[in-house]
Amino acid sequence: MRSQYFQEWFSNPRSDLIAGLVVALALIPEAIAFSILAGVDPKIGLYASFCIAVVIAFVGGRPGMISAATGAMAVLMISLVKNHGLEYLLPVTLLTGFFQILAGCFKLGNLMRFVSKSVVTGFVNALAIIIFMAQLPEFKQQGALMYGMVAFGLLIIYGLPRLTAAVPSPLVCIVALTCVAYIFDLNTLRTVGDMRALPDTLPVFLLPEVPINWDTLWILLPYAISLTVVGLLESLMTATIVDEFTDTKSNKNIECAGQGIANITSGFFGGMAGCAMIGQSVINVKSGGRGRLSTFSAGVILLILIVLMNDLVRQIPMAALVAVMIMVSIGTFSWSSITSLNTTPRSSSIVMLATVLMTVFSHNLALGVGTGVLLSALFFAHKVGRLLDIQSEEDSSTQRKTYFIHGQLFFGSADRFAAAFDFQEVLKEVTIDVSKAHFWDLSAVAALDRVVLKFRREGADVKIVGMNQASQTLVLKLGTHHKNDADCPQALH
Amino acid sequence: MNAILSCTDGSVYANSVYQYTAWLAQALKADVHLLHMLDPKYHKATSQDLSGHLPLGAKSALLEELVAQESANAKLAQAYGQAILEAGAAQLKSAGIENVKSEQKHGKLSEIVTKLEDQVDAIVLGKRGHNADFETGHLGSNLERVIRTTQKAVLIAPRAFQPIQQFAIAFDGSSSAQAAIRYLIEHPFLTEAHAYLIYVGTGNTAIEATIGEAARSLEKAGYSITVEQRAGIPEKIISEIAAEGSIDLLVMGAYGHSPMRHLIVGSTTTAMIREVKIPILLCR
Repeated sequence: MRSQYFQEWFSNPRSDLIAGLVVALALIPEAIAFSILAGVDPKIGLYASFCIAVVIAFVGGRPGMISAATGAMAVLMISLVKNHGLEYLLPVTLLTGFFQILAGCFKLGNLMRFVSKSVVTGFVNALAIIIFMAQLPEFKQQGALMYGMVAFGLLIIYGLPRLTAAVPSPLVCIVALTCVAYIFDLNTLRTVGDMRALPDTLPVFLLPEVPINWDTLWILLPYAISLTVVGLLESLMTATIVDEFTDTKSNKNIECAGQGIANITSGFFGGMAGCAMIGQSVINVKSGGRGRLSTFSAGVILLILIVLMNDLVRQIPMAALVAVMIMVSIGTFSWSSITSLNTTPRSSSIVMLATVLMTVFSHNLALGVGTGVLLSALFFAHKVGRLLDIQSEEDSSTQRKTYFIHGQLFFGSADRFAAAFDFQEVLKEVTIDVSKAHFWDLSAVAALDRVVLKFRREGADVKIVGMNQASQTLVLKLGTHHKNDADCPQALH
Repeated sequence: MNAILSCTDGSVYANSVYQYTAWLAQALKADVHLLHMLDPKYHKATSQDLSGHLPLGAKSALLEELVAQESANAKLAQAYGQAILEAGAAQLKSAGIENVKSEQKHGKLSEIVTKLEDQVDAIVLGKRGHNADFETGHLGSNLERVIRTTQKAVLIAPRAFQPIQQFAIAFDGSSSAQAAIRYLIEHPFLTEAHAYLIYVGTGNTAIEATIGEAARSLEKAGYSITVEQRAGIPEKIISEIAAEGSIDLLVMGAYGHSPMRHLIVGSTTTAMIREVKIPILLCR
């Protein structure tokens, strides 16, 4: 165990450190951009990114994954900060962390198996759209110059890697745009320094300043639950993506608890809640980051950059950060999910699109995923319900008929089951052979009751044969058709 | 049919592993199951693209690229492992072992050994391997995990082979030492060599009584025994005796104490394996 943890830290040190630098540069724009969106100082987002990245490096369950202050979480905080004030941000962060630790302890990470591939794709696409839309307000009242600068920035980001893969093109973009703005004295262009205070000190320990009572809890609870769910979903999905990239396993429940610990730490040091980041984690793996050291160094380098180079960071035009975030959004988007829309099963496409639409309209990824999971469950129930086949064999001379039931009987197929019998025939004896069927729930048992009683009222004797043990337990407990009929329990066998 | 699991990784220990395997296989009249482990993934990057940009479809492109690289590397590693296995099998055959089965596996050695140990009677492995570079000065990380988990006898090979003329049995009266004695009696393949039954410590009459008993039952099984009693720290004295050069093999019981105790005070077994430069036969 100990040696494995050691390996997770130090088996790839050189690449991890370099990747940490590349990732730190991609963390700054997101932290700043979404702090502003959430209505708080960029300081809060940057401190949060530092705290979360460093803490998760130690306690996370997925080495090489990058966690920090994210857009997905920030959009959930907008209305809290607007309606209740900044001082509620700290307690909600702590509460979120607490819930996430609980989720880890109760192994809720295992519930991820109910989130289908289509929902994950929808989540990722919705996230990309949210990141992109969050950049749009930056263009307001900035005129053509802003469009030109962002276009120039994107040109550098996408053009430079064609020439060399040795320097991070987002860094070059940030530096080049800052120089251009400085040289040509483009005063109308907003810079990071115009967006309120940047941190100039190290984070300090803080305690909540809100009244501790039930009213506060009722204000915080809905936000904390949304943050918990979104944070864990994005973290676990990102962990799955990194698992796939590196062909290694991660511990999802440790990751849940780790996210909680990281958020609590962030809260106490004046930051906001965050989670894993898909785009930055992809950048990390691509840059050669694999171990815990990459996450740790990304956090530390981020802090060094913002504290030591405060004045320089202040000069960065927002256009440069917008360009980087547009890149992150494009990279996060699952392009293949659009190109293969025609070939994927229609139900999967509907689940994916519903997840995207719900998220984009509600700005809450938790609602989007909830919709997606519900829809995929319904589609699945529908499909399994169709796997019911009923055939019959009649001996007309003796007026006996046998029905053969084949498939799964539950709420989704109970009506089809009941409708498959022909009650107009006049029969003396009906045998229902359920040896190839399984009764799952009350609806199935009630349908069987209905069928048996109806046949009896038409004057036929009903026999049920071949019921398996599990179904029998259910039918004997819930069914009514055998209650007044002494020989029926035996007939079940 | 008896079988011996021989673990090789083509390191400097491989040669002596094959020789001890051949010796043990002949002594036990056993087949050899030659095992090569492909390196587990140690969270190591195979490539680096520092451009830090994410084009459209970045995720699937990156996954494809990583899969392509790792599959190329894995194919190379497989071919390399195959070469090691072929060389090993050839060496064992020339040493007179007829049935050699060779196999490659992915994963951790200790896990594979646990899976395979029902089919074998003894395990031979080198004191260190390639991956031990990672923790220089320690035991091979694989080795310690294997000897802690396995229920079979383990022969730990040093760097060079030496024919076994005299051997020592480390005895401390514990149940694991008794198990070692029982193993020798049940598998009398070392009766040709002269045995020293070594007890480090003084004044414990209970152990001194059991040592006489052990010597007698070994002699009855055909061994020629000299009992030696010395004072001092067991691992130190025994490594001194081993260094004197007259002894070619050390036989001992493995891990007599609980894992909890091992955590707090460390283990004589581990210390002994680290100190001693001659092959060690650990018996259960």
